[in-house]
Amino acid sequence: MFTLSNDDLTAIRLSLQVAATATLISLPPGIAAAYFLAFAKMRGKALVEGLINLPLVLPPVVVGYLLLLLLGRNGWLGGMLADFNIRIIFTLTGAVIASSVVGFPLLVRSIRIGLEGIDQHCIQAARTLGAGWWDALLTIILPLSGRAILAGMTLMFARSLGEFGATIILAGNIPGVTQTIPLAIYQYTSIPGGDRMALSLCLVSISLSFVVLLASEAVNRTMSRN
Amino acid sequence: MLLEIDVEKRLGNFVCRIDCRLEAHSCGVFGPSGSGKTTLMNLLAGLMQPDRGRISLDGEALFDRQKGINVAPEKRRIGVVFQHAYLFEHLSVRNNLLYGLKRTPRELRTIDPEHLYGTLDLEHLLDRRVTRLSGGERQRVALGRAMLASPRLILLDEPLTGLDRALKFRIIPHLRTVFSEFSIPYLFISHSHQEMRLMTENVLIIERGSVERLSSSEELARSSIFSADRGYANFLELADRHDCGNLLTYRWGKNRLTGVKNTNAPEYATFSLNARDIVLFKRHPEASSARNILEATVRATQRTEWLVRVEMDCCGSTLIAEIVPQSMEELGIRAGAKIVAVFKASALHRLT
Repeated sequence: MFTLSNDDLTAIRLSLQVAATATLISLPPGIAAAYFLAFAKMRGKALVEGLINLPLVLPPVVVGYLLLLLLGRNGWLGGMLADFNIRIIFTLTGAVIASSVVGFPLLVRSIRIGLEGIDQHCIQAARTLGAGWWDALLTIILPLSGRAILAGMTLMFARSLGEFGATIILAGNIPGVTQTIPLAIYQYTSIPGGDRMALSLCLVSISLSFVVLLASEAVNRTMSRN
Repeated sequence: MLLEIDVEKRLGNFVCRIDCRLEAHSCGVFGPSGSGKTTLMNLLAGLMQPDRGRISLDGEALFDRQKGINVAPEKRRIGVVFQHAYLFEHLSVRNNLLYGLKRTPRELRTIDPEHLYGTLDLEHLLDRRVTRLSGGERQRVALGRAMLASPRLILLDEPLTGLDRALKFRIIPHLRTVFSEFSIPYLFISHSHQEMRLMTENVLIIERGSVERLSSSEELARSSIFSADRGYANFLELADRHDCGNLLTYRWGKNRLTGVKNTNAPEYATFSLNARDIVLFKRHPEASSARNILEATVRATQRTEWLVRVEMDCCGSTLIAEIVPQSMEELGIRAGAKIVAVFKASALHRLT
């Protein structure tokens, strides 16, 4: 009764691939953005903050459409990339970009809370002990906010697994190329007799999310024990 | 240590203007809260940048606005012990202690970790997590961590303020031993004149963001701000504990003093004796319930607001008593007069 077709397995693989890639490539800029929001003292910070958080409140479809306008063949950035023979729309890269943009605010929000919990004096102490800025970042700031970073990555990974609206507009719904689990479910629900297949994928989706939560909880517990 | 500072820093409405030259192994920085002590520390450590001026340590410029010099905090080799220890909670006690050492070039390392652990009594704490330390232990780890980076100067920013009284005075001998043993110069920032006297002899007095004067910690304790209400406190270094049944005697210079017996009385310690607990007699009192009777010569007298402060020489050791002016006249106390100072065994309070 519980069966998965080859296309379904590909969709699962693509989902994991997109979510993992999006989370990993967003991590360094996510940490940088969180650091900026947590520690920078400058005018216009509120504007930057609003801009980073915008995808959180905008309908994903709107985000997807704006990305399409930007990265499409006639878009401002898309046109430039086309000169280098790089195409983003209707590719897996497009799916990764869509997930990254939508999940980014969640990642930044978590890391920022972690960074704000670090006492500035600890960083100052590290500096007076001979640690340069990068050294202090790697040996004090990141380890102390490790749990927050992990929480942010979990949220973003889970969000990316479920990303639908922006992905379908920017990357389309091409089986074997850009069709992730949510897109495959969407397709099954729109064909007659696809209910069972859709349900199978729903179960996969539920188990995946559950595994992500359990794994992150386990890592979190080990980190707090050390 | 030769520290030359001439800087100005504006923080909102507060302007900190420090101009001084310190040439001593250790110096206190004293002032009420909000007077700019911590700002001075931040400026020295490089954690804050002055608006103008220059700072140099042992002839090397750490900051010079005109020449565009601003040495980064990690390159200054100035250690800081903050009021709260600010230990790194993700590291063990050992790794906290070694954090600075690992970042110090081998040829600049002057302190052997094992030796320091022994002096600071840290051996049994090394494998513990820093969240499992008591307040006093945390401060000792913070101090050890700063020292192991072999700094040229250590800034102690009210390191004892968060600790309770008994603990505070128990840590001070540790601090003194460590600093003299490893001969690292230090600036001790505090608003407690008692801590000041126990830690250093020279004091830089700061008020409203600028240097009031350079003074001695003894003079600071004698100044009226502290002794007006409660009287001046004599600090007596007592040694050679001797048990006489239900009392203890100690050697104080060439004198022997009697103190009340208590559990775990130390072999030697600093005791405080309030100047107002001393009774002066013209001649030796035949019988008295007070156990300490010392022959003394008056060295000087000084009027304070309502009282007279009598400085005496007891076989080479200095003792200060405070009496009312009437008593001074009746006893004929003036420089050179022979008198007898009397105080109870229970008037001696152990500090360290």
